[in-house]
Amino acid sequence: MGIKDRQNEQLPVAGNSELTFLTTKVDFVVNWARRNSLWPMPFGTACCAIEMMASAASNFDLARFGMERMSFSPRQADVLICAGRVPYKLAPVLRRTWDQMMQPKWCISMGACASSGGVFDTYSMVQGIDTIVPVDVYVPGCPPRPEGLIYGLMMIQEKIKSESMADHERLRREDPEGAGKPVADSSEVKALTGVFGNSTQQDKFSSLAQTARPGRFKDVLK
Amino acid sequence: MTEGKVSMIEAMVDVFGSAITGSEIQCGDQQVVHVEPSNNLEILTWLKNTEGHDYDLLLDVTAVDYGSVPGVEVVYQLWSITNKKLLRIKCPLPEDSLKIRSVADLWGSANWLEREVFDLFGVQFEGHPDLRRILMPKNYSEGHPLRKDFPLRGRFSREKQTELALKQDYEDYYSPEQLEGFGQRADD
Amino acid sequence: MSVKQTIELPQGNLDSGNMLVNIGPQHPATHGVLRLLCELDGETIVQIDPDIGYLHSSFEKLGEFRTWNQIVPLTDRMDYLAPLMYNCVYVMAVEKLMDLKVTERCKVVRVLCMEMERIFSHLLWLGTTAIDVGAFTPFLYAFQERERIYKLHEAFTGARITTSATRIGGMMADLPEGWTDELRNFVETFPETLDEIDSLLTRNGIHLGRTQDIGTISGSDAVNAGFTGPNLRASGIDYDLRKDRPYYDYETYAFEVPIGKNGDCYDRYLVRMEEMRQSLKILDQALRRLPGGPINVDDPRVSLPSKTDCMNDMESMIHHFKIVTEGVRVPPGDCYFAIEGSKGELGMYVVSDGGEKPVRWRVRPPSFVNLSVLPQLAEGHQVSDLIMINASLDIVLGEIDR
Repeated sequence: MGIKDRQNEQLPVAGNSELTFLTTKVDFVVNWARRNSLWPMPFGTACCAIEMMASAASNFDLARFGMERMSFSPRQADVLICAGRVPYKLAPVLRRTWDQMMQPKWCISMGACASSGGVFDTYSMVQGIDTIVPVDVYVPGCPPRPEGLIYGLMMIQEKIKSESMADHERLRREDPEGAGKPVADSSEVKALTGVFGNSTQQDKFSSLAQTARPGRFKDVLK
Repeated sequence: MTEGKVSMIEAMVDVFGSAITGSEIQCGDQQVVHVEPSNNLEILTWLKNTEGHDYDLLLDVTAVDYGSVPGVEVVYQLWSITNKKLLRIKCPLPEDSLKIRSVADLWGSANWLEREVFDLFGVQFEGHPDLRRILMPKNYSEGHPLRKDFPLRGRFSREKQTELALKQDYEDYYSPEQLEGFGQRADD
Repeated sequence: MSVKQTIELPQGNLDSGNMLVNIGPQHPATHGVLRLLCELDGETIVQIDPDIGYLHSSFEKLGEFRTWNQIVPLTDRMDYLAPLMYNCVYVMAVEKLMDLKVTERCKVVRVLCMEMERIFSHLLWLGTTAIDVGAFTPFLYAFQERERIYKLHEAFTGARITTSATRIGGMMADLPEGWTDELRNFVETFPETLDEIDSLLTRNGIHLGRTQDIGTISGSDAVNAGFTGPNLRASGIDYDLRKDRPYYDYETYAFEVPIGKNGDCYDRYLVRMEEMRQSLKILDQALRRLPGGPINVDDPRVSLPSKTDCMNDMESMIHHFKIVTEGVRVPPGDCYFAIEGSKGELGMYVVSDGGEKPVRWRVRPPSFVNLSVLPQLAEGHQVSDLIMINASLDIVLGEIDR
C-alpha cells in the first residue's frame, strides 16, 4: 500500500455502529497494554543512535515508558526506530527488517537524515526512509534530543490510543507481495526526494576549478 | 633537518634516476616527492627497507582528481616510527591508463586503502589480492563516485537508485565457494 | 580441535563443510552497521570478510561542494563519538595550509576540547564493550558520566553531539561563564567513577577470561597492518602523535603514554583506561594555564570585521560581504595534518587550488585501517571472541564509511 493510499484512509468516526460499549472497553484495555509495553527495535546507524542510547540510559530513561527492553530481533519488536542516515546499500536491510516485524508494528523515523536525507543530498543516501518503509512518526533534529525521541514515542502511544479493534483489518493490513519492495512507487519517490531549497545552489565546485570537459560523460541515465 | 631531507632526495635520485620527477616542501615542513607511477613499487620498497629511511607505517593511500588535469594522482602518506619522518609520494596517472601496481604485499594496511581508491576513483591496482568494491554496493553501476565528472547526486534518478538498491540480493553476494579456502577445515 | 568420535562415521557420505554465517549489518554487538561474513568450522572462525559501506554518506564528495567553513558541520557527523576532535583536526589542517596561527587561548581551548573528547569516546567504548560481554552496569555508569560531558558540549556549542564548534582561525564562540568551573568539577570527580568501573572489570575473572590472550597481535605485525592509537600501543609500539609530532604545545604538558605488552584485548582495555587518567592530567594542566585574550585570530583572511566597523567603513563592509558570500580562500597546495585521535591517528589531507572550496578533502580514518586487521586477529578464535575483538578495536562506522 503506497503513501497515497494511506493519505486517503479514513479515521474511525464516533457513532460508528461497530463501536459498542464492549468493543470500546476491549479497545481501551488492548491499546493500554500495547502502548505501555512497546518493545523498540533500534535500527541505529549513526549519530542518532547515540542519542537513542542516551535516552535508554539512566538520565532520560526509556524504562519509564516500558521500553527498556530493546529488542534486536525484529520478530519480537513493536516499534522500529530508524535512527540515523540510511544509504542505498542499507535500504534492503531496513526493508527486510521491517518485513520481518510482525503486526501490530509502527515506525519512527528519528532524525533529519532518516526523515528526508538531512545534510546528505548525495549519490548514496536514501532521501527519507518513507520511500522504503511506511513511517508513522517523524522526529526532526540533527540529532533530536532524547526528549525529542521520547516525544516521538509518546506520539506513537497517542496513535495507539486512538486505534480500534473494529479497524483491525485496515490498520493491520500488509500485502505479502510488497515484501522487499519500496513502499513508495516511482512518482512518489520523485515527489518525496526532489531537490529543494539550498540543495539547488550547492552543487558547484570551487570557482577556480575547471569542471569536467563537456562530453566527458554521457547524459544522466534515467 | 634540511640537510637530512636534501640528502634523502639526493639518495633517491641516485638510485632511481629519472623516476623521481620532482620534489617540494609543502606547508613549511611536509616533504613531497613526485614519482613515475611505473616505479612506485620499487621506490616504496626502497623507502621501507633502507636503513636510515625505514618508512614502516603506511598511513594512507588516496587519490586526487583535480578536474582541471585529466587523470588521477595517487598519493601515499608514509611515516617512519624510528626516524619520526613524514613523507608524501605522488604518482600522477593518465586518464587512459588508470593502473598502478599494488603495495599490499609491503604493507597490510594498503589492502583496504587501495580497494577504496579503486571503488571511488576507478584506479586498477595490479597485483592486489582482492580488488573489489568496498564502500559502494556490489551491483553499483553508476561509476566511480569521487571523479570530478560524477555528479553529486549520482548519475541515475532517485527512482532508479531506490529500485536498484532494493534489488540487491545481499544473500547471494558471496557463496561459500567464492570465499578462498572454502572446504578446508581448521585442523587441515 | 577435533572431538574424539567413538562412532565410526562412514567416509564420503556426510557432506560436512564449513558454515557461512552472516553477522549484521543490523546487530546489537557490531557497534554500527558492519557486516561480518564468517566462515565457521563449528564454532571456530576460519575466515572473516568484513563488508562495510552501509553508512557511506559521501562526506568527501560533499566536501568538494562546500566552502571551507561549511565543512565543519560535516566533520562532526563522521565520528559522532568525539565530534570536537574532528572539528579541531579539520580546521588545524586548513590553518596549516594557510599558515595561519591561532591565538594562545584558542590553542588551550582546543586542547581542552580534544582531551575531553578522548574521555568521552573512551567512555562509550568502555560502556559498549562491557555490555557486549554481558556487564550491564559499567554501561550505565559510563553513560551517566557522558551526560556531564554532553552538558558541557551543550553549554559551549549549543548541541550535545553535533557540536561544529571550530571555525578557521578560531572557535565559534568563547567559553561561557562557569564552563571551566564545571569542567574542573568533572576532572575532580570523574576519577571516582573510573575507579568504580575499574573495580568492576579490571580484576574480574570473567572479564579476564574473555579478554586475555584474545585477538593478540605482535608489534611489528601491528605496524605493518596499519594500526595506530591505543591498539598499536597495546602491542608495545610507542607511537603517539602527541609526543612524536606534537601540536599545540603538547610537548609542554606533563603526561605519560601507556604502552602495553601482549597486544591482546585486555591490554587494549588497560591502555584505554590509563589514557583516560592521563587525559585528566592534561585537562588539569590546561585549565590552569588557560590564558585570557581573544579566542579568534584577527587575520583579514578569515576573521569578519566587527559590526561597528562594517557600519562605519566601506572597506570593512566589503570585506565582511566577501568573506560571508564567497567564503574563506585558501592558497593552493596540499596539507596532511594528523592528531592523536581517540581511535588512532586521525589525519586530514586537504588539497586546495586557491579557491573557496577544496579540490579534495580526504579523511584518514583510524578505524578504517584498524578494522581491516580484524580478519587477521579473529582467525582461529570462537564467535564470541570475535565480538570481544571487534569491540576492543574501538571502531566507529561513521568514520569508516564516511
